[in-house]
Amino acid sequence: MEVSLAHYLAVSGLLFAIGMAGVLLRRNILVIFMCLELMLNAANLSLVAFTRFHLVDGLPNFNAQVLVFFIITVAAAEVAVGLAIIVALFRKMQTTHVEDLNSLKF
Amino acid sequence: MSLILFWIFAGLMLLFGLGVVLMRNPVSSAMCLVVSFVGLASLFFTLDAFFIGIIQILVYAGAVMVLFLFIIMLLDLKAAPARKLNVMAWTGSGLVLVGFVALMMQVVLGNPALHAAMPALTADYDDVQQIGLALFTNFNFPFQIVGVLLLVATVGVVVLSRKELK
Repeated sequence: MEVSLAHYLAVSGLLFAIGMAGVLLRRNILVIFMCLELMLNAANLSLVAFTRFHLVDGLPNFNAQVLVFFIITVAAAEVAVGLAIIVALFRKMQTTHVEDLNSLKF
Repeated sequence: MSLILFWIFAGLMLLFGLGVVLMRNPVSSAMCLVVSFVGLASLFFTLDAFFIGIIQILVYAGAVMVLFLFIIMLLDLKAAPARKLNVMAWTGSGLVLVGFVALMMQVVLGNPALHAAMPALTADYDDVQQIGLALFTNFNFPFQIVGVLLLVATVGVVVLSRKELK
């Protein structure tokens, strides 16, 4: 049996599901943020798998790899800003537990 | 051979990805995330995307995770008291997750077009050169926009982390 696109897509979907489980079930805002990174990376994996399995003139489609490059860059910027917000939040509220951060709750 | 490597790296990535969710201590979660990213980078290597794999290790396992660990260290978290489970949230989340995984597996495994073997690369190429070419010709404008985005993010982080927010 050969490695096929279905293998990579299934693994990518499972990684996305793990990340989603973390976002839905964990209550620590730092761990939720890490799980968001997992979900972004799952999307990257499926993009790269598609580039390798759909060749253009015998080469991978590099446009999608450029897109992955942009996703990684934007994710790095997002992590920096998100962590700064978490630090500011911790200074004000002295907690990282999302159930204590309910001042916007209806 | 490539199937064995695929399962080793995919297993490593998924196992440590689960570790991120299941570990109680945020530092353990961050360490698991590093290993998971390295497994993902290895999967990129099996897909002949060497540049993306290297970038993954440099940016994620290097820069982003160091940032996470520094923030965890700075926050100096006390061990939080265990709280009672929100049964409604767990049931709802579980249903959503099971539905998502079942639907995805049905689509991915049920489509015969996705089960073709990996096609051989017929041309000789240098992927850093090809990505660089695409980045500086077709995607030159988005590339500069990303540069502006990084600048804005840097300024935003400096403003956000001042002692007193006004």
